[in-house]
Amino acid sequence: MRAYTPKDNVQKKPYYTDRYWVAPQVAKTDVSEDAVFAADLEAIRAKFEVLDAYIQVKQMVVVINAADNFGVIELMKNELEYNQLSELSAIDWLAKEGKFEIFYQMLSMSKRKRIRVKCKISEKESIQSVEKLFRSADWSEREMYDMFGVVVNNHPFMKRILMPDDWEGFPLRKTYPLQGDEFAQWYEVDKIFGKEARDIIGPENRDPARVDRYDTERFARLGHEVPRGTDISQGEPVTPLCYQESDGVFLIEKFDAEKSVVISDRDR
Amino acid sequence: MQQPNRLRPFFENITFDRSDNELILNFGPQHPSAHGQLRLMLHLQQEQITKAHPDIGYLHRGMEKMAENMIYNEFMPTTDRMDYIASSSNNYGFALAVEKLIGLEVPRRAKVIRMMLLEMNRLMSHLFWLATTALDIGAMTVFLFAFREREYLMDLIEDYCGARLTHAAIRIGGVPLDLPDNFIADLRKFLDKLPENIKDYEDLLDSNRIWKMRMENVGVISKEMALSWGCSGIMLRASGIEWDIRKEEPYELYDEVEFNVPVSDKGDNYARYKLYMAEMRESAKILHQVIDMYADTTPELMAHAPQYISAPKIDIMTQNYSLMQHFVLVTQGMRPPVGEVYVATESPKGELGYYINSQGDAYPYRLKLRAPSFWHTGILTDLLPGHYIPDVVAIIGTTNIVFGEVDR
Repeated sequence: MRAYTPKDNVQKKPYYTDRYWVAPQVAKTDVSEDAVFAADLEAIRAKFEVLDAYIQVKQMVVVINAADNFGVIELMKNELEYNQLSELSAIDWLAKEGKFEIFYQMLSMSKRKRIRVKCKISEKESIQSVEKLFRSADWSEREMYDMFGVVVNNHPFMKRILMPDDWEGFPLRKTYPLQGDEFAQWYEVDKIFGKEARDIIGPENRDPARVDRYDTERFARLGHEVPRGTDISQGEPVTPLCYQESDGVFLIEKFDAEKSVVISDRDR
Repeated sequence: MQQPNRLRPFFENITFDRSDNELILNFGPQHPSAHGQLRLMLHLQQEQITKAHPDIGYLHRGMEKMAENMIYNEFMPTTDRMDYIASSSNNYGFALAVEKLIGLEVPRRAKVIRMMLLEMNRLMSHLFWLATTALDIGAMTVFLFAFREREYLMDLIEDYCGARLTHAAIRIGGVPLDLPDNFIADLRKFLDKLPENIKDYEDLLDSNRIWKMRMENVGVISKEMALSWGCSGIMLRASGIEWDIRKEEPYELYDEVEFNVPVSDKGDNYARYKLYMAEMRESAKILHQVIDMYADTTPELMAHAPQYISAPKIDIMTQNYSLMQHFVLVTQGMRPPVGEVYVATESPKGELGYYINSQGDAYPYRLKLRAPSFWHTGILTDLLPGHYIPDVVAIIGTTNIVFGEVDR
């Protein structure tokens, strides 16, 4: 029987897991420990619902409802002096809870503080663009759409940015295999030579470690070397392995202890 | 749409539309002064740009996807391929992010060596920037001069880690090697000569008529625009905002060294050029101080955290338990605690940030690379309109974008 592989997350898994191992947590501290963050959180709480808030690795994380995202970012920009949106992207939690988590990494230069605003939307939902507030969101949101398929409303130019426009599938989803799916395999062949060339050219090899046993074009098969392009489907001659050293290995005949150096520093 | 026939040939790069004066020009993706695979679609009225549309993704390798399928240490050499002009600074950003996630304290000597590498990388990157930008503008002599100095630095880095471009010279938890013999003497020799060299470049460029015409009042980025577009590094400081992560959120030993953050409020190409030159001097100043720090440090190079970091080589070769741990860490990888972290460092190009979401596995659940050049390319959309075609080359030059980093 074939081993079961989960289809909702095809990323690499550790081959050994200790079933009794409990992963430790990065410490989360209460927001009240930092006066600046506490004041910011109060200001956000006054107008919007805050689902969760804590400080982790010196940055405050605020979890809000996805519908409030524009309002919260606007408040932070205009009233709380968070003047830069350094980063914006999504995390794929579809396998676990059917949702995307979207985070906005904000920076306040006057307060020297960073806040991460997070919200969750389900796969079919879309989110409001913050491009009107920060132009940097223009490209970030396009990248988020490109990589995850999260649709952003009111964006001026909602189009793929890194992948080709006619690409199918969203590469950073956990369901997307590392070496590309069926579509990716044929993309360049179809595009350059046309679908009718599929039989002649074959799918693109996206696994750099794959060796085709009958490939005499690209790989020398140790012990079975034949000229390039030879048809070996009927079997090939065995070439005996021989090494340069077979006539005698290079040896030191006279060892001069005076001229040699003893390495004492083992660390290097 | 063009309908090519023998009388009306198909122009691959240019679209003519007779109904108005607009001409659409494809700049790139293989333009030598685009510093990589940048495609710009420029809408032109005569020679003036009315609309610019940068198109990226020609070097997209899916590094974030790769990171999700690799153990943490395995990803380190991949980070080299982001900003390959200053690869140690990418290594460092990643190492620092993982260290923050785990909560590791790095030994002082490792910090000193890291500071040396970071500042040497900054110098290399700035020299490379100066060389290529000057070449784009037409100043070939500066290109040769700056590459000569960069070559010296690359030789020094080669002495340290064996590689010239993709260093992988920093490990999570410290650095792999101590400085080789004569390294400090060689670095001193370089630093003693550097002010003279910088003066040479400035003599060639500062009051050069052509250089000034191409640079002054070209590509002016206002304060608001720089902030809104998420600019960082010199792109931000040239627009009058004093923000250097090394100063504001110091990491390593940046709070122990004396250095200035050069700022300009002009926001044009020339201001950025001046800041690059000033930053090189500051880097040299930092390097001098860091060299002095090296002497009074103890020889530990890696943090002691057996759960995450392999023991020193001598322990691995002599003690059974260290060998076992090393085996587990190499084959299965470390498992940082559950949590997330965003760490920003000041790379030569700007704010290089790593966001890591760990679920306690040997593979990161999500890793987002915040590369400064991504936004410095995006800003071209708003920056180029109003400029002329020759300005495009000068502006791309001073944004200092590297496409390994833009596309990741």
